[in-house]
Amino acid sequence: MSDAYRPYTLVAELTYRCPLRCVYCSNPLDYARHTDGLATADWLRVFREAEELGVVQLHLTGGEPLLRDDLEALIEGARALDLYTNLITSGIPLGRERLARFRSLGLDNVQVSVQDVAASSSDRIAGSRAFERKLEVARWVKELGFPLTLNVVLHRENLDHVEQIVALAETLSADRLELANTQYVGWALTNRRALLPTAAELDRARRASAAAHARLRGKMEILFVMPDYYSEFPKACMDGWGRRFIVVSPDGLALPCHAAHTLPGLSFENVKDRHLEAIWGQSGAFNAFRGEAWMPEPCRSCERRALDFGGCRCQAYLLTKNAAATDPACSLSPDHGLIEAARQEALSAHSGDFEYRAPRPGVRK
Amino acid sequence: MIALDSRPRLAAKARIRFDRKTARYLLLYPERGLVLNPTAADIAKLCTGEHTVQAIVERLAERYAPQPREQVERDVMSFLATLAERGLMQAEP
Ligand code: SF4
Ligand code: SF4
Repeated sequence: MSDAYRPYTLVAELTYRCPLRCVYCSNPLDYARHTDGLATADWLRVFREAEELGVVQLHLTGGEPLLRDDLEALIEGARALDLYTNLITSGIPLGRERLARFRSLGLDNVQVSVQDVAASSSDRIAGSRAFERKLEVARWVKELGFPLTLNVVLHRENLDHVEQIVALAETLSADRLELANTQYVGWALTNRRALLPTAAELDRARRASAAAHARLRGKMEILFVMPDYYSEFPKACMDGWGRRFIVVSPDGLALPCHAAHTLPGLSFENVKDRHLEAIWGQSGAFNAFRGEAWMPEPCRSCERRALDFGGCRCQAYLLTKNAAATDPACSLSPDHGLIEAARQEALSAHSGDFEYRAPRPGVRK
Repeated sequence: MIALDSRPRLAAKARIRFDRKTARYLLLYPERGLVLNPTAADIAKLCTGEHTVQAIVERLAERYAPQPREQVERDVMSFLATLAERGLMQAEP
């Protein structure tokens, strides 16, 4: 395959299990059906095959990766391949000694998520008492000499707290702060009514973030991710389908993005059955939305098509039932009215009840 | 401006890695990477906190002779500024 399709990042979703129940969790609604199907040796082989394909960054994530008791072996194996290894965690359950072991095995970076700046509001979003413990873990991360990324998913309940979130990140000496607006797939779409902010709320938060970004330049990297519900054009989801990322689900499916296995009509192959290079290069699912042949109008003749690749396939499917549609988040999409209606709803909706992430009856096996 | 007698050290989050596919060095950090040209790679490898900026310039000027020393110094300063701007390097006294 040409360099246009070179994976740089492997997202290893080690398990969908998680002690928390975040209302915006991006795991699929039927996550309980995807059990942990890969043994330590399988994962280590996947890491090796990915590295041979050109991957240099590894995200160990989930669910909650700490629930895998072979995480030590996986970190060690990743570092033996010289992969830049990032643990993406809620911080629970973790003791200081285990974290120190990760450090001595060569883990490069730890990303801890918090949901807000106070225990009550943070725990409300996580559906679990976790906030104080997360802060403790974040402090250990720095004490042990790791770089710390603090990740906060933004939505209408915490969007007005950006300044306090930055202050918290400074107190924790975070090296990087991700202020990532909720992406409305998975559980977040279920809870969209209670999560989607208004344009005014978003604008205040963006300005607060920009000010902090300028003030902390060179000290803390601050990333503010706009929700595409309020952008004129969509983001280049995953940098384009099958271009830069490989996601492997807990049961071993190789995917172009976290939610691709929720799209109908595509069959994803399992890393247990086939070499990653063959899946990446040849599988129908990875090739389904590469290039431009699949694109409908208005994308097909749009000059932005090489920049955003027509947006997010999962969002297109979730909102229009057609995975090959122009992302409705795009202002040029014929389905953009769906997004405008959601924005309209945000003006009147006030935060309401959440459906917490849980195995759904009928989908659990 | 980075002082000539300071000792640059790569930030804890940054790590250099050779990339077989492009035969270039990459400077990797969380979620990102910079592709280094050969000069930048030579500079980055010397950012260990042991060498002063001055010493890095001397060493590379020798290696790149007959390239003028001023040119090497400009390259070093501008690459170090790029790293500092991105929080990828600290200049220690
Ligand atoms: S978003 Fe929350 S519930 Fe989902 S995996 Fe992460 S910590 Fe667990
Ligand atoms: S029409 Fe398609 S290619 Fe053009 S901006 Fe919208 S999503 Fe992107």
